[in-house]
Amino acid sequence: MLYVVIIFLWTAILLYLLMGGADFGAGIVELFTSEKNLNRTRKTMYRAIGPIWEANHMWLIIAIVILFVGFPDIYTTMSVHLHIPLLIMLLGIIARGTAFTFRHYDAVVDDMQHIYNRIFVYSSFITPLFLGIIAASAVSGQINPNASTFEEAYIASWLNWFSVAVGFFTVSICGFLAAVYIIGETDNDLDKRRFMQKARFMNIAAFACGALVFIAAHFEGIPLVDWVFGDIVGITAIAAATISLVVFWRLLNQGKTRILRILAGFQVSMILLTTTYRHFPNIVILKNGDYLSLLEHRGHDKTIEALAWALLLGSLFILPALGYLIYSFQKKASETVMH
Amino acid sequence: MDDFIAARSQMALSLGFHIIFSCIGMVMPFFMAVSHYYWLKTRDITYKNITKAWSKGVAIFFATGAVSGTVLSFELGLLWPEFMKHAGPIFGMPFSLEGTAFFIEAIALGFFLYGWDRFNPWFHWFTGVIVGVSGLLSGILVVAANGWMNSPAGFDYVNGQYINIDPIKAMFNDAWFSQALHMSIAAFAATGFAVAGVHALMILKGKNILFHSKSFKIAAIFGTVAAVLQPLSGDISAKDVAQRQPAKLAAMEAHFKTEEKASLIIGGIPDEESQTVKYAIKIPGALSYLAHGDFNTEVTGLDKIPKENHPPVAITHYAFQIMVGMGMLMMLVSVLYFIGIWKKKKWLGTKWLLKLFVASTPLGFIAVEAGWTVTEVGRQPWIIYGVMRTADAVTPMPGIVYSFYLFTAVYLSLSVIVAFMLYRQIKMVGKLYDTPGHN
Repeated sequence: MLYVVIIFLWTAILLYLLMGGADFGAGIVELFTSEKNLNRTRKTMYRAIGPIWEANHMWLIIAIVILFVGFPDIYTTMSVHLHIPLLIMLLGIIARGTAFTFRHYDAVVDDMQHIYNRIFVYSSFITPLFLGIIAASAVSGQINPNASTFEEAYIASWLNWFSVAVGFFTVSICGFLAAVYIIGETDNDLDKRRFMQKARFMNIAAFACGALVFIAAHFEGIPLVDWVFGDIVGITAIAAATISLVVFWRLLNQGKTRILRILAGFQVSMILLTTTYRHFPNIVILKNGDYLSLLEHRGHDKTIEALAWALLLGSLFILPALGYLIYSFQKKASETVMH
Repeated sequence: MDDFIAARSQMALSLGFHIIFSCIGMVMPFFMAVSHYYWLKTRDITYKNITKAWSKGVAIFFATGAVSGTVLSFELGLLWPEFMKHAGPIFGMPFSLEGTAFFIEAIALGFFLYGWDRFNPWFHWFTGVIVGVSGLLSGILVVAANGWMNSPAGFDYVNGQYINIDPIKAMFNDAWFSQALHMSIAAFAATGFAVAGVHALMILKGKNILFHSKSFKIAAIFGTVAAVLQPLSGDISAKDVAQRQPAKLAAMEAHFKTEEKASLIIGGIPDEESQTVKYAIKIPGALSYLAHGDFNTEVTGLDKIPKENHPPVAITHYAFQIMVGMGMLMMLVSVLYFIGIWKKKKWLGTKWLLKLFVASTPLGFIAVEAGWTVTEVGRQPWIIYGVMRTADAVTPMPGIVYSFYLFTAVYLSLSVIVAFMLYRQIKMVGKLYDTPGHN
């Protein structure tokens, strides 16, 4: 049953990255859109994410609940030592969620829209930046449980080149996903080409940020190269991602939207697989070399069992409903495009 | 302000903010379902307009409630890591189920808000009902988790160790039912009165009378029925608390001295130093009756409880008085309203009754906030009653006071924006929904 819970945790993180991430990406794409195209971009984005955006962010809640119920030591260690980046991420989540809703539900359209847009765009950038920082700090051995000063305990745990580079990498991945997803949502060729261009730009940005991550890891003394290329699973995943990237670039010009989406999602999944596989089961690595393991630092057997059943039962309801939601609005959207 | 007080204040602020949004988010869908039902049955366009207008409110409240809820799931660890380390695996069951309920609610909301004219009308109506049902279920589950903090169950605490953990027993702790019942009814009463009050005000202003009258009726019937039922559930809660948490009951009643035929103390200023209450109305025997169902029974006072385990008496007592006071006022208005309906009185549509409802707009939410103050402050100094002290659970990180200031600023500005948006929604009703046949 422990593995059921772990699979759910991993899947929740992946889906949050793929769906919630694309949602953040919508704001990031908006940030990099020129003034004259802004309105059309916004409308297309809204049509695409409006109905499912609330659901996209539920994956984070599922992941966090799994952590605090099943792996309380991991949850509390991160909560204490990564308090500050978590706090900033939370402020980002509040700002973004409310600004997104406010700008569409404000009965009067006036200058307030400008404020909502600003908040939405910047928080869409900051939230995944700090999500990346948090994830990187957890696995890179920066958390120091024996720290004696405030700086060592609560700042150095996350403010370093590697974590920040991973943060920017996360932002670029989100932007990339959003740009690719959105290609299929447009109703005219001009926009379609515009979003293809955006997807290219975001892909290059992701590549550049990825390179930065490796450089930062080198300087921080983090054995990232070994983590990624150290075993056959990592190498295979990276190879598969690279091949899919080549196919992706070939297909991008032809505008085969569905395949493009699958390829983009596949690449991101491979990246997550590579970066998590080698560590498994260690989810938090501390500065003194200790680690917090999903297999060892877990709740009691009865708790894990109950949690697994709750998740299985829950997915019985959630997955079909969510699938039908996405399917219905995809279908309706493509019907409107056809007409 | 020291860090411990700051952490408690930040938690109180976050919960106090979240509770308003989650109440509205879980109750309004039922109002919508009723007016939506009338629209589908009668094809009276006003009902469609009401449903749509309300659904915009729900979207705003749901989004705000969802983000503030997400924040809370992190704040538990950010502020109370020592608590979560031990409590997480024990009382996590309702949270893991709540994750599902909340997820379903978000999915159903997507169908409902964006599903107009896209689906079979009754399927669309049904998704709206699901929003309400799963919202209510989420609320009940979260309250069950809180119930566990008041009435720990499903584990043995031996030599500082938490053993023999049973998460199902923990979920169905002794407090879950009375607390969940009291909170669910409170959500209906508070939201019903708040919504009815706003529509009553618009009727008084003579704006879109048809629209607002129909809205008023739906909200008022939910609110008033709940307000009349609430004292019954309150009685269950009081007897329950008397059994499980005598210190909380004693603080609520400012009952310092253990005695038989204990008096019910209404109002007054409790003085913890001299253990007396000044300027209070006392009804002999009434407290014994309310707590144990018999006028002669002994009621445990604070004198039987070690000083270091006393909750803050004054805050708990005042909060309890406020909650009961608001509840009584709402019940009074409700009874008047029922008499009006029953006797088909002419004053049903008159100004003074509407004014009464306008004046009652905030009562329910004041009661909800006061009630949570009683529950939470009355449990102090414990975070897990009788097992772990709140002071031992707090984060070791210094400087929480700044985080508290930050959250205060954020929640204050959010409240202002939401209020501002509601004002604009209501102001625009005329423009948006006046043309017959407008979608």
